[in-house]
Amino acid sequence: MNDDQARDAIRRALATVAPEAVLDDVGPSERLRDALDLDSLDFLSLVENLHESTGVDIPEADYTKVATVGELSAYLMACAH
Amino acid sequence: MGEFRMPSLGADMEEATLIEWLVKPGDVVHRGDAIAVVDTVKTAMEVEAFEDGAVERLLVEPGTTLPVGAPMAVIRSESAASASQQPVAPADIPAPPASPHVESPLVRRRAHNLGVNPDMGPATGQEGGVTKHDIESAAASREQSEARPGVPAADAGSPPVAPPAGTVVRAVPRARRQAAQLGVDLATVQGTGPDGAVTSADVERAAAAGGPVRAAVPTASSPDRKAALQAAVGALMARSKREIPHYYLSTTIDMFASLDWLAEQNAPRSVSQRLVPAALLLKAAALAARRVPEVNGFWTGQGFQPANGVHLGVAISLRGGGLVAPAIHDADTAALEDVMQRLRDLVKRARSGRLRQSEMADPTITVTNLGDLGVEEVYGVIYPPQVALVGFGRIADRPVAVDGMLAVRPMVTATLCGDHRVSDGHRGARFLTTIEALLQQPEEL
Repeated sequence: MNDDQARDAIRRALATVAPEAVLDDVGPSERLRDALDLDSLDFLSLVENLHESTGVDIPEADYTKVATVGELSAYLMACAH
Repeated sequence: MGEFRMPSLGADMEEATLIEWLVKPGDVVHRGDAIAVVDTVKTAMEVEAFEDGAVERLLVEPGTTLPVGAPMAVIRSESAASASQQPVAPADIPAPPASPHVESPLVRRRAHNLGVNPDMGPATGQEGGVTKHDIESAAASREQSEARPGVPAADAGSPPVAPPAGTVVRAVPRARRQAAQLGVDLATVQGTGPDGAVTSADVERAAAAGGPVRAAVPTASSPDRKAALQAAVGALMARSKREIPHYYLSTTIDMFASLDWLAEQNAPRSVSQRLVPAALLLKAAALAARRVPEVNGFWTGQGFQPANGVHLGVAISLRGGGLVAPAIHDADTAALEDVMQRLRDLVKRARSGRLRQSEMADPTITVTNLGDLGVEEVYGVIYPPQVALVGFGRIADRPVAVDGMLAVRPMVTATLCGDHRVSDGHRGARFLTTIEALLQQPEEL
C-alpha cells in the first residue's frame, strides 16, 4: 500500500462517519478527531471501516499512535501487505 | 379503528412535514412498522403504526405540514373496529373534534402496549387530557364491540390521495429530504446504499448531473431551517427554565478502575465488539436512576409520575447542527454490550434521519453529550416533561490525592440538573454518589 492508497482508504472510511469532511483540508500533523469533530463513537466507526476495507486492525492500545492523518496513513502502510 | 393521526414527536416538536409514505392503500401493517417519514424542525424520523391493520386511504400528500394529532391516514384494524365508528354520509363530514392530547409519555407507552391510539380519545382528563383510565377503557371497549365487515366507503367525502406511481423508491430519509429540496426525482437516481437504497451522496450527484427535475416539494431552505430549529429549541429551553426550578450538583469521579477494566475487556475484542467509556457512564446513570426514582419520570399537570422503566435519553449532536435525544429503552436492565450497540445504532440513525418517533417521545431521563467536546463540566437544561438531566464532562488525567500522596488519575465530572419540585439536593446527591460507586466496580455494570 502506498501513501495515496492509504489516504484513499481513510477518505472512504470517513465517508459514512463524517460525510461533509474534506480530508485534503486536514494537515498531516493535525489531530484528526479535533479537525473533523469526531467523537469516540465516530472514531470507533472509522477504525471499523478501515478494518473492513484494508484488513488492518488497530487495537485500542494503538489509538494514540494514529492521532493524525500522517500517523494513521503510516500505520496503515506499515501493517497492510 | 379509523384515522391514524400524527403521533407525539417529542417535547419540543409540535408539527411535522410528511416527506414520504412508506405504505400504500392495501398494504398490511403491523404494530411498530414504519409507515411514513416525517420531517420536523430538528430531524427527519419514521412514524410507526399503532396496531395491526390494513391501510385503507392516505389522507395527506407529501409536502404537507401537520400538527401532532392531525389525521394522516385511514387504517382499518384487523381486530374489532372501535365502538365509536359511525358511517358518515358523503356530504356531511363533521369537522374533526379538538384532538385529545396526551401529556404523559407513560400514558402513551401504555397505549402503545395495548395497541390503542391515544390521540383518538376518549379523553376525560383536565382540558381534554388523555388518562391511563381512558386508554384502558378504549382497549376494553374495542375488545367488546362486535366485528364489523369493514369501514363503509360512504365516508369517502374527500378524494383519496393517489398512491405514488410505481413502487416506493428505497432511500434514506435524509436523501428523500434532499431530493425534495433539490427537485430531484428519486425514481431516476441510481442507489448505491445498502440493497440499492438511494443515499444523500447519490442525490447530490444526480442534482449536480442535472437529471430530470420534478417540482421541488417546498421545504425550508437551509438558513430558514437553521433559524426555525433554533427558535424551536429556544422555545423549549425557555419554557424549561421558566417552569422548572432547576438545582445543580456536581461530583468528580475516579475512572481508573473503569478504564483499566475497559482496556482489559477491549484488548482481545474485534473493533465491532469494543466498548467505549460512554457505555459505562450510561449504564451507571441508568442503574442509579432506578435506585433514586425522583429523577426518573415526568412532571405533568397532576404532579410527578415516576416512570416504570428507565428509558435513557442520549443527547446526540447532528453533524449539520442541532441536537436530538432519543431513548435507549430499559437501559438499566440491558447488558453493557447491548447498551453499546444500541448507542451506536441510535447515533447512526440519528445522523441519517431514521430515528423512530417512539424513541423521540419516550425518554424518562436524559444524559447530555458525552464529554468528547473537551469541556470539564456540562450543565444543561432539563427537557420537559422530564425532571432531571445528567451531564458528563471529558475524562482527563488530573492530579488527585490518593492515600495521602499525589497521584494522577483519569477523572470525570458528573453533574445533575434536578427539578426541585420533585427532588432535592439530598436525593440528587444520592443519585450522583450512586453513579460514582457503580463506576468503581465496572465488572458489575
